[in-house]
Amino acid sequence: MATYDFVFEGLGLEDWCEAGGDGAAPMSMDALMAQSSGEEAAPSLWDLPFPSMDALNEACAAFPQSRNVTLGLENGFLAVKDSISVVLDPITQPLSWMLDGALYAILNTPWWIVIPLILAVVWMVSKSWQLLGFVALSIGGLAFIDYYSYAMQTLAIIMVCAFLCVLLGVPIGIAMSRSDRLRAGTIPILDMLQTLPPFVYLIPLIFLFSVTEPKLYGIAIILYAIVPVIRLTDLGIRMVDESVIEAAEAFGMTDRQKLYGVQIPLALPNIMAGVNQTIMMSLAMVVIASLVSAPGLGVLVLRGINNLELGVGLVSGLGIVLLAVILDRTTKAALDRINAAQKG
Amino acid sequence: MTRSEKTTKIAIRNLYKIFGANPASVLDKVKAGMSKEELMESHRHVLGLNNINVDIKEGDITVMMGLSGSGKSTLIRHLNRLIEPTAGEVLLNGENVVDLGPKELRRLRREEMSMVFQHFALLPHRTVLENAGMALDVRGLPRSEYESEAQKWLDRVGLTDVGAQYPHQLSGGMQQRVGIARALTSNSPVMLMDEAFSALDPLIRTDMQDLLLELQDELKKTVVFISHDLDEALKLADHLVILKDGFVVQQGEPQEILMQPNDPYIVDFISDINRARVLRVRSVMEKTGEAPAEVAGDVDRDDTLEEVIARSEGRTDLTFRVMHKGRQVGVLKMTDLVKALVPTAAAEDGLRSSAA
Ligand SMILES: Nc1ncnc2c1ncn2[C@@H]1O[C@H](COP(=O)(O)OP(=O)(O)OP(=O)(O)O)[C@@H](O)[C@H]1O
Ligand SMILES: [Mg+2]
Repeated sequence: MATYDFVFEGLGLEDWCEAGGDGAAPMSMDALMAQSSGEEAAPSLWDLPFPSMDALNEACAAFPQSRNVTLGLENGFLAVKDSISVVLDPITQPLSWMLDGALYAILNTPWWIVIPLILAVVWMVSKSWQLLGFVALSIGGLAFIDYYSYAMQTLAIIMVCAFLCVLLGVPIGIAMSRSDRLRAGTIPILDMLQTLPPFVYLIPLIFLFSVTEPKLYGIAIILYAIVPVIRLTDLGIRMVDESVIEAAEAFGMTDRQKLYGVQIPLALPNIMAGVNQTIMMSLAMVVIASLVSAPGLGVLVLRGINNLELGVGLVSGLGIVLLAVILDRTTKAALDRINAAQKG
Repeated sequence: MTRSEKTTKIAIRNLYKIFGANPASVLDKVKAGMSKEELMESHRHVLGLNNINVDIKEGDITVMMGLSGSGKSTLIRHLNRLIEPTAGEVLLNGENVVDLGPKELRRLRREEMSMVFQHFALLPHRTVLENAGMALDVRGLPRSEYESEAQKWLDRVGLTDVGAQYPHQLSGGMQQRVGIARALTSNSPVMLMDEAFSALDPLIRTDMQDLLLELQDELKKTVVFISHDLDEALKLADHLVILKDGFVVQQGEPQEILMQPNDPYIVDFISDINRARVLRVRSVMEKTGEAPAEVAGDVDRDDTLEEVIARSEGRTDLTFRVMHKGRQVGVLKMTDLVKALVPTAAAEDGLRSSAA
């Protein structure tokens, strides 16, 4: 006798229930507990179970259990997986090539070329001696304790992913700034991408791609990190002074001239702030993505956790912090220089 | 040259603008005479412009004046179609601006009309020189070609050495000079100025007005100037249009409006000004070719009353001969002059308080 028998009786569905009840369905948790304690609990209002799928299944065996839902989802996913893969695989293949290429290049170029190259980029972007000194010390330090190749792998992955984020995110942001409808449709997706715990979207990706492919973690990083650059591009363009736009129109600018000559340059500080955040989020994700075979410092952190190698975990954690500071300071310095040029 | 002899550059005909969800649906009600308040209350639409008819003459400075919210900015933005009208026509050289396609409209904005803005609206990421050359840059000229033209107009507005600086490095007055240079560089026959001097300090403002008059003497552009300041309007205007709640209350020669205001709103507007300084002899004199019996002296018809009072040394029994180009055009009695200094009778009858 189950609590919700009356529902099915009331609806006259007893026959359907009996026909469906083959008794093969796994027992629900509650039933299991009750059985082991060996007594049938006296039904009281206090113990009234929520009319959940499992509770209803107890009253009527034909009613699906909640486990069937997740099972159905799994099966559905597996059913469409192949057809999705046919489309997605070729589209995302270049990502694998880019990541492989970048990792190969950075590991097979001698350190005495890579390190000066990084320093030159930092100098060009920031024009700050202090930052240059800090970067030289950090990378030198990491290399000294033999973490050089791990750090460089992480850096290479971030560079590829952040570059693709900007390449895709800026045009999406521009499109959003021009169409309120597109914006209304995109914002919930962006919200979802941003609030979803990073582990969660590894799940469907693991289904779709094999874990050995670099594009698996590439996509995870890009999905996670692309949000700020899209948002801030949209915001930046929308925030451009109305009156300047009006002047551009009054002097007969075409939409193109307006976009490249006025809107993007004036939105640049915001876009750069988005790029900064995107790079920082790529770094956060590349560590998590070591779970799905992303190489780099994250692998060491993982090793630290799995093998209880406290020292390795801590030092690689420190290495990640150093990389974060380097990337953040360098992009912020670029941002400051843009701001200084525009407003003073 | 009298007003009727000048060619009409821009003719605004039966222009209506209603802001709201469905302007066409309430247009008939507005045409039937519904007021701005009523339209707002019963239909949730804002009446921006209500049956505007103005002729803007070639080579004139036409000033549109009115209080905040009277529709000045809305009106001037119809001339280059930054705002689309609900109904009506804007004819530039006889051609209806409302019918232009996107390409023709761009040509009009690039070559026929330029605009100066209240808050300057310079491009902050471009240098002063690049801003001044913006109109030519938009037309696709390379920097090397527009540079000399832009520099020429920067020199002309008194900004010789700042071409390489950025707008934010300049004071407000200097920024607006860049704004004017930008409009002049486009070499368009029509110049639209929306409260171009309203954001400036009084002294700089006077300088800029003088600059505009000086340029206008030389260039003879068709200028449409928006202002909410009567002194400025009287100083600049060849033709004055007074707006209220989106319709034209009165338009005409400024002196004429001062002497014969036809609405309490205008009486209210003009009651605070220094009449001796803005009224001119020609508005007060008696038109006659006959020499008066006793002539205290000659005055020019464009002298202000203030200048005549100074000459009369305060005596009210004098009579002056009014001259124009060496010929007598009228006679000015000091008694008439003094009477003209009193604001229109209507103002004293308490119309002012009822208008407020
Ligand atoms: N986009 C718009 N939507 C709705 N109403 C508008 C819009 N633009 C202007 N209006 C209304 O039209 C009227 C005229 O506005 P306009 O800006 O032309 O006034 P103005 O004379 O230029 O005033 P100001 O001296 O403050 O600049 C106002 O009542 C304003 O609220
Ligand atoms: Mg205005």
